[in-house]
Amino acid sequence: MKISASEVAHVAALARLRLSDEMSAKLTEQLNDILTAMDKLAELNTSGVPSTNHALELSGAMRPDQAGESLDHERALANAPDSDGQSFIVPKVI
Amino acid sequence: MELHELSLTQAVDLLSKGEVSSLEMTQAIIKRIEDTEPQVKAYLTLTGEAALDQAKAADQARAAGSAGPLCGVPAGLKDVLCTAGVRTTCGSKILENFVPPFDAFLVKKLKEAGMVLLGKHNMDEFAMGSSTENSGFQTSHNPWDLAAIPGGSSGGTAASVAAGSSLFSVGTDTGGSIRQPASHCGVVGLKPTYGRVSRFGLVAFASSLDQAGPITRSVADAALVLSVIAGHDPADSTSAPRPVPDYAASLERGVKGLKLGVPKEFFVQGLDPEVEATVKAAMAELESQGAELVEVSLPHTEYALPVYYIIAPAEASSNLARYDGVKYGLSVRAEGAGLMDMYLDTRSQGFGPEVIRRVMLGTYALSAGYYDAYYGKAGQVRTLIRRDFEAAFEKVDAIVGPVTPTPAFDIGQKVDDPLQMYLSDVFTLSTNLAGLPGISIPAGFSSAGRPIGLQIIGPHFAEETLFAVGQAYEQATDHHLRRPPL
Repeated sequence: MKISASEVAHVAALARLRLSDEMSAKLTEQLNDILTAMDKLAELNTSGVPSTNHALELSGAMRPDQAGESLDHERALANAPDSDGQSFIVPKVI
Repeated sequence: MELHELSLTQAVDLLSKGEVSSLEMTQAIIKRIEDTEPQVKAYLTLTGEAALDQAKAADQARAAGSAGPLCGVPAGLKDVLCTAGVRTTCGSKILENFVPPFDAFLVKKLKEAGMVLLGKHNMDEFAMGSSTENSGFQTSHNPWDLAAIPGGSSGGTAASVAAGSSLFSVGTDTGGSIRQPASHCGVVGLKPTYGRVSRFGLVAFASSLDQAGPITRSVADAALVLSVIAGHDPADSTSAPRPVPDYAASLERGVKGLKLGVPKEFFVQGLDPEVEATVKAAMAELESQGAELVEVSLPHTEYALPVYYIIAPAEASSNLARYDGVKYGLSVRAEGAGLMDMYLDTRSQGFGPEVIRRVMLGTYALSAGYYDAYYGKAGQVRTLIRRDFEAAFEKVDAIVGPVTPTPAFDIGQKVDDPLQMYLSDVFTLSTNLAGLPGISIPAGFSSAGRPIGLQIIGPHFAEETLFAVGQAYEQATDHHLRRPPL
């Protein structure tokens, strides 16, 4: 087993997902299959090989710090599930 | 010829000569949508009335002498692209009612060029899939054979262009999502070099891999669309600050003297014999026109799949953290429930099974104790894959091969086996990992009548070479002129 049911539950909590028992069982099985296929990478000796995080090395992507076009409150809040016209409203935190 | 059978360049020609108005053309394509949508199901959202207004405005602009390069041409767009005021779902229930307050950079460019927007195309949820079966709303059908998948994730887009319910379009490609559906639907699909087209306003999947590009009926059409959408965007720090060449001028260069690499790792067990025969016939045609075929090796090809399915889900798990029920999209707030419950309920009810699977996989690969073994290792092997291509491009101008191992499979065939589904991208993933441009060109049909594409891959920013090779092949063949029996 690459990943146990309790690890699946831990990862789901990290990812803010609530899984049904049925879904957890299915995911545990599928993730095991997928992670087993990933083991192929262990065949390769990669010591000393740098990592590629971006295929193209772009440098100097800085630009002047100038205010550009931005959204006003009305447009920024237009898709809000709940708002008071100034802020997003969320369920009570404390 | 009916208006819905036109290529983009033919449509532009008719409009610019005044033989057809944009209003007439838009009405004809809206009629085509009405006729084909019950079978093809390519669209998630239709904007017909607004399209007619845009068409009238395009006709006025043309009369006033200010027609852009796409003035008055009606088209739909993949629903991953933000369109101001028009619902953008990305194929997900979690964005079912999301109306973007702005246009994606490339949508703005298309509008400035005069495009008439017909609506938004179906896709796999968050662009994760190879068949549109992961859409939160519907499965699109292949216009050539309604029992077959159209490919994915840009499946609605490719199906729509093939069916003529959109005269061109733009999709996105993270691991093959433009080229694979283009191959399956018998149309042209180009994934440009990473950074060639701004990602601003694309709903993010895997930010180091995502790239938007044209899906069209001819190579010349793809060159025209790319010339409109390419270019530097200050809002995307990964967009390339380099000039956009005259792509149309590259079309007639021909292939005489070009060296085309044939990677032996692309012609292996598992490649469907009809796909192999079709691709080899296409290579022979290019050879007969003066190209030299050279065997090359991309020794790490077989590692692209595991690398991709670590890196893409890892980036996705981070990108999709934004769907939290606070600012936009679905928000599930049970009576008396707290913030954490809102996060958990919103995400679990809003995401479909494949998205949940990939978020789980990505979160696992990035989690404490596993990072080095998965994400760290994948980044290193990604370097080896990139170096394979660099070595090959020291010897050849472009690489040719299959797009997919098989023609389009049947709807439902692989839906319960995610690993099998992932294998449909085995020849396309590595170009995304290396940031290279790749194009799929119609190259023939299987005995069952399902389209087969030829893939051409070039070095970074060598889109002109892809257009030259594609155009040379297209001029000698008529696969791209066939239209599905709808």
